[in-house]
Amino acid sequence: MTGFRINLSYLAFMLHRCSGLALVCFLPFHFLVLGLGLEDAAALDEMLVFTQQPLVKFGEWVLVVLFSLHLLLGLRVLVMEWAPWPHQGGLRSGWVILAGLIALALGWLFLDGVIS
Amino acid sequence: MPHLTVRIWRGADEGEYQSFSVPMRENQTVLDVVSEVQRSQDQSLSYRFACRVGVCGSCAMMVNGKPRWTCRTHIRSLKSGVVTIAPLRNMPRIKDLVTDMSGFIDKWGKAGNVFESERDRRDAPVAVDPSSPRRKAADAAIECINCGVCHAACDVVSWNDSYLGPAALNRAWSLVNDERHSRKKETMAAAMGDGGCGNCHSQGNCMAACPIGLSPTRSIAGLKKMSLMSLLGGSDV
Repeated sequence: MTGFRINLSYLAFMLHRCSGLALVCFLPFHFLVLGLGLEDAAALDEMLVFTQQPLVKFGEWVLVVLFSLHLLLGLRVLVMEWAPWPHQGGLRSGWVILAGLIALALGWLFLDGVIS
Repeated sequence: MPHLTVRIWRGADEGEYQSFSVPMRENQTVLDVVSEVQRSQDQSLSYRFACRVGVCGSCAMMVNGKPRWTCRTHIRSLKSGVVTIAPLRNMPRIKDLVTDMSGFIDKWGKAGNVFESERDRRDAPVAVDPSSPRRKAADAAIECINCGVCHAACDVVSWNDSYLGPAALNRAWSLVNDERHSRKKETMAAAMGDGGCGNCHSQGNCMAACPIGLSPTRSIAGLKKMSLMSLLGGSDV
C-alpha cells in the first residue's frame, strides 16, 4: 500500500478480498474430504490422520483466522451500507482493528483446543 | 540557503521525471515550487492553477504519490528533502503536469448529474427544510468543487473504465436528495446502472484524500441502500 492507500478501510478491503479468495480455494478441498466420508470410510480416516500433521494444523489455524476476518469485515461492510453514518468519518475504521483482534482471539482459542 | 530536490514528470503518457533544485523557503507550497521551476528554470513546463488559495481545485496533482491540492500542501508538511510531482492519476496525460479531464467530466453527465427543475421564475421557490434528513444528506455532499482528487485516489476507477467514480456518484447523491431536482428517478437509474454505485468497494481512499473532508464513500453507501430499496419497492425517489 502506498501514498493515498494508507488507510484502515483500504486494509479492510484487501483483507476481505484476499481472505475470500483463500476461502474459495479451500472450499473444493473441504467438500472433497466430506465426500470421502460418504464414499470411502477408510480414505476419510486416512485423511483425518493426515490432518493431524503440524503443517496442516497450522493451515487450519490460518483458515480459522481468515474465516473469522472475512465474516467480521463482511459485517462491517453491511453496517456501513445499511446503518446511518454517525458523522463524515463513519467508515468504522476502528472496527477493522477490532475485527483483527477478534479473529486472532478465535485463532488462539482454536490453538488452545477450545474449538477445533 | 538549503535546496530542495524536485522531481517533476515531463512528457505525456510516455515520459520521465526531471530533477530540479529549488531554494527551500520558510513558507512554500508545492505550487510555489512548481511555479518557481517554470519561471526560473524551464519555461516549457506545463501545469494548471488558478486561484492559488484552495478555492478552485485546478492545481491538483500527485505529490509524493498522493493526490493533493498543491496550493494547500506546504513543502514543510511533506517532511522530505525530495518531492516527486506527477499529473493526477486515472486521467490521460496531455503534457507534463496537465491531464485531460474530459473523461472525468463526461462521467458526471453519465451519472445523471444535470440539475433540472420543473419550475421557472414565475413559480414560487420550493420550500426547503434545512433540518430534514434529505436536505442534511444533500448538504453533506454538496460542497464538491470537482477537483478530481478523489477520482485519482480511487483504485476501482483505475481497474474499471466504466466506473463513474466517487465525485460523479457523490454529486448524484446530492441531487437525489434535492427537493428541487425534478429528474430524481433518471439520476437514480444512472447512479445504480452499469458503472454505478454497485462497483464501489468502500476502500475509503476518496474520503482520505478529499481536501475538504467530504465523504463520497458515505454518499455511495447511501445510493446503494436507496437502489436496493427501490428494487424492493420501498424508495420514494
